[in-house]
Amino acid sequence: MTILSSNTIQEINNIKSRYPEGREKSALIPALHLAQAEQGWLPVQAMNEVAELLKIQPIEVYEVATFYTMFHIKKVGKYVIEVCRTGPCCNVGAEELIQYMEEKLKIKVGETTEDGLITLKTVECLAACGTGPVLQIGPDYIYQEQITKEKFDQLVEDLKIKGR
Amino acid sequence: MSKKILLQHINVPGINTLETYVSHGGYQSLKKAFSMTPDEVTEEVKKSGLRGRGGAGFPTGMKWSFLDKKTDKPRYLVCNADESEPGTFKDRYLMQNIPHALIEGMIVSSYALGAKTSYIYVRGEMMHVIRILEAAIKDAYRAGYLGNNILGSNYSLDLFVHPGGGAYICGEETALLESLEGNRGNPRNKPPFPAVWGLYGCPTVVNNVETISDVPWIINNGGDAYASIGIGKSTGTKLISACGNINRPGVYEIELGLSVEEFIYSDQYCGGIPNGKKLKAVVAGGSSVPILPADLILKTANGDPRLMSYESLSDGGFVSGTMLGSGGFIVYDEDQCIVRNLWNFSRFYHHESCGQCSPCREGTGWMEKVLHRIENGHGKMSDIDLLVDVAKKIEGKTICPLGEAAAWPVASAIRHFRAEFEEHIKNPDSCCKKHLHSEHALIH
Repeated sequence: MTILSSNTIQEINNIKSRYPEGREKSALIPALHLAQAEQGWLPVQAMNEVAELLKIQPIEVYEVATFYTMFHIKKVGKYVIEVCRTGPCCNVGAEELIQYMEEKLKIKVGETTEDGLITLKTVECLAACGTGPVLQIGPDYIYQEQITKEKFDQLVEDLKIKGR
Repeated sequence: MSKKILLQHINVPGINTLETYVSHGGYQSLKKAFSMTPDEVTEEVKKSGLRGRGGAGFPTGMKWSFLDKKTDKPRYLVCNADESEPGTFKDRYLMQNIPHALIEGMIVSSYALGAKTSYIYVRGEMMHVIRILEAAIKDAYRAGYLGNNILGSNYSLDLFVHPGGGAYICGEETALLESLEGNRGNPRNKPPFPAVWGLYGCPTVVNNVETISDVPWIINNGGDAYASIGIGKSTGTKLISACGNINRPGVYEIELGLSVEEFIYSDQYCGGIPNGKKLKAVVAGGSSVPILPADLILKTANGDPRLMSYESLSDGGFVSGTMLGSGGFIVYDEDQCIVRNLWNFSRFYHHESCGQCSPCREGTGWMEKVLHRIENGHGKMSDIDLLVDVAKKIEGKTICPLGEAAAWPVASAIRHFRAEFEEHIKNPDSCCKKHLHSEHALIH
């Protein structure tokens, strides 16, 4: 019995066809995105199943999953708020905003709210420097730009309703 | 009004759709290109003088001509859409608003290179852009611009979007290829260059989004027409993403050769500094290029007006010049703290170092640590030269240019703003507390 759904397995198999024969490993990052979208994070079992689908060793999956910042190898909240902490965003108030987010959510960066709804993370430049401060909300990775305290409050309220 | 090549139709409603794009001359370059030989297409690009728009500024036509065409191996074109250089957001803007410009460019460029399969490697964080590109590619297949026997030319091409996983280093072309092969993004030793040993060990060209999007115009209008725009060896136009303390942050297409002063102060571009503040410094080409103080960004050390061009921005070398880089133009007003900003960038490079080469892996961490203690009031005077020393010991000693990218900001900030570092060490409380959170004046 696999933990990945038959839909996700089918999608991963489809993606394999984008790459030449014998180069199925190329599908690894796209496959991990699909597995994570379904599971919310990447439990070892899911990574092992991806390895099997791509005919590679599990260790090859782990080394990739741990290298790239988008992959969650520990359980995260239903929604992951990732705030940019790089220079241009900080010049328009990102640092103060991150402090505010910690207070508002009653967690520190890297932690998840008690109800399991929101994980707060900081990330490096999201290529939205002209409209900072910027954050994105996983699992859909929707960009939210020109964030203010008020806008953040509203986003959190929306997630609470959406996540019910 | 300066010449527009990429953003000419940016304000046309629906330009993101295939129908509107086609009705404004989109996909015209395919017919023209297919009536030429692949080498003739490459020749036009060479003539145009187009240079890589991702940051390095290497002549595109020359890069294409290095492609090993003697082997029987398949050839690949890979578009580098891993835009992650702090201050840079032009490719995202282009792909989001005119996705077909890139797709058209990919088709013509792939034809010139003889690629049968091409990939657009988009950083994973830009899932919204990936969704837009995938939908646009589907439409292009449906219209017969992709797939088998495109427009009856006997040329066939498959084009795929490949998401990254979140790693700045994958903007380096060999790290990108490793990532595309399903590995960690560790850059490769060069040579061999990708033109000989690229994706899957096959001849490969990796080009930036903006570079590839320029190709259709060059084919439609000719390389000479493109070369007649711009100044000297900086031909054509360039997308500049402007941010920081300016009235009008955004993406602007400029004709290369525009004066920096006009770019910063004209209402057509950045619109000047908000709240009557003075210009303090500019990082002109993404966080990796040397920072310049106001006087040196507006005028070269010889007193000539500084222009937005590869040559003028680098005039003076690293003593008094910088680089055009990716076109990520970050403006700092008099209230911004150079030390805090540098600490922030150093943290970025430490975080993004792939860890392969010791000088970069360790050195970026040391620079971050030393800057952090200066910024937080625990610095020693000897720390300043220590930083210069560490930066020097990274530069030129790593497999890929991330080492330089981390070292140059440190070296240049100290070169031009040494007094500010000294002041931080002498009077830690005097600076950052008062302008850590400058007011958010950038929303238009």
